[in-house]
Amino acid sequence: MRSLLAVLTVVAAIVAIWYLAAIQMNSKWTRDQAARAGIALSFGEVVADTMAQERPVLPAPHQVVAELWKTTVQKKVTSKRSLVFHGWITLSSTVVGFLIGTVAGILLAVGIVHSRAMDMSVMPWAIASQTIPILAIAPMIIVVLNSVGIQGLLPKAFISAYLSFFPVVVGMVKGLRAPDAMQLDLMKTYSASKGEIFWKLRLPSSMPYFFASMKVAIAAALVGAIVAELPAGAIRGLGARMLTGSYYGQTIQIWSALFMAALLAACLVGLVGLLQRITLRKMGMAQ
Amino acid sequence: MTALLIAALFWAAATWLAVRIANSPASATLAGKLAVPALLGVTILVVWEGVVRGLEVPAVILPAPSTIGGTFAASLPILWGDFVQTFVKGALSGYVIGCGAAFATAILIDRSKFLQAGLMPVGNFLAAMPIIGTAPILVMWFGFDWQSKAAVVVLMVFFPMLVNCVQGLQESSAMQRDLMKTYSASYWQTLLKLRLPAAMPFVFNGLKISTTLALIGAIVAEFFGSPIKGMGFRISTEVGRLGLDMVWAEITVAALAGSAFYGAVALIERGVTFWHPSQRR
Repeated sequence: MRSLLAVLTVVAAIVAIWYLAAIQMNSKWTRDQAARAGIALSFGEVVADTMAQERPVLPAPHQVVAELWKTTVQKKVTSKRSLVFHGWITLSSTVVGFLIGTVAGILLAVGIVHSRAMDMSVMPWAIASQTIPILAIAPMIIVVLNSVGIQGLLPKAFISAYLSFFPVVVGMVKGLRAPDAMQLDLMKTYSASKGEIFWKLRLPSSMPYFFASMKVAIAAALVGAIVAELPAGAIRGLGARMLTGSYYGQTIQIWSALFMAALLAACLVGLVGLLQRITLRKMGMAQ
Repeated sequence: MTALLIAALFWAAATWLAVRIANSPASATLAGKLAVPALLGVTILVVWEGVVRGLEVPAVILPAPSTIGGTFAASLPILWGDFVQTFVKGALSGYVIGCGAAFATAILIDRSKFLQAGLMPVGNFLAAMPIIGTAPILVMWFGFDWQSKAAVVVLMVFFPMLVNCVQGLQESSAMQRDLMKTYSASYWQTLLKLRLPAAMPFVFNGLKISTTLALIGAIVAEFFGSPIKGMGFRISTEVGRLGLDMVWAEITVAALAGSAFYGAVALIERGVTFWHPSQRR
């Protein structure tokens, strides 16, 4: 209860700072307009105008909320102006990429845990692969894959997969190695085969690590999908929405797309968290 | 066809050699530890070259490593200019400001339980957000030059760093803090002599995560507008001109810079947190 109060206080403070910043940043335009028209504005009028500009430098929170409401609830879902439509495009490539990345990550982790050669050779390169700013070359990958004939969902999903496979590899390698020597010895006294040790000991004990890394992976997958939509070809999706907003100075549109993306990320991470709680409780591993 | 065959043969030989080294006593030595990953790296390059030559992949889709190397060597001045613009001016200054601000904030809110309880969930939430999406807004605010890139980097590294710092400051155990109290140590003495050193593994974890974020932020922000130099600018214009060898040369620069940056932070970490179990050899 206390922590909820604290969170609400912080959020209220952020909103208050936002309003003050909006007045400060937008007032220049208002004053310029007034000076051009030769009118003197009172402080109250300036504030009122900064709250309701069409292309503000920083839109006030209520303008963003109003735009969100307008583009989600009041528009038909199939409309090109509906954020639900754009969010769905981004979501679908996020989920496909996340699934590809997770499966690839698990396979790689299983290989690393079972083969010493793979452990020694793949692990350093998996770490090095993350220092390559793939996000920065995402637009190029889209263009190149397009020219080979791969179009639509898959190129975007590929970027998401590349970003989400790494946390899964690291987490799963740690998780599959989590059983200690005692437990492994016990399995050996049962004369369990390698496969049985994997399915009955290693895999179950890796589950907490698996879910923790899935949370990171799905957030990364969403960022990948959004950036992959940035190249000029894309006209659908939250990333494209931001890009067109920045081309035409539609700041409110950028902010509402940003909030939609944040909402989507929160829902996805929350969903994985829910799945984690249910699974771990069923397996008797919940704390 | 022969190029493909050679590549396949090389691959098989390298795999055999890697398995041999990994399963032999040599794998415990430093040379063995370096040789196995290096072998994989060389194999990837050879197979790449072989596939591009063997299947005659056009250069606008995937240039061969040798072509990329040639372009890299031929356009060093341009690459250096882009590197300075994006990495030194944009990423590095943003990294220092962002990480410094996050560290200072963590110490400031450390004394207030209320602020911690309020800021941590919000910080965790924002750390998982697609903050890169603020790039167009910040470019609009701060102009096209490196200041806007630094601003994007500051926003990107702030929250992961803050979350790690706050968690690190809570790392010392009650026993240790009680001991400091029996020494009648003041708040600042406890902070400097016990809690900050104990927080270092977490602080460096945040710093390491931030290295890659900083580079990504600086490059992506350049897609939304930049002066006529910079790695992001070069990548987006060369893609338009189908000069993919130049793009790959920039990617090489980015990968080298990212790895060196990460390596430097990891090296400092090894010096500072030499006492931590994960650093023991």
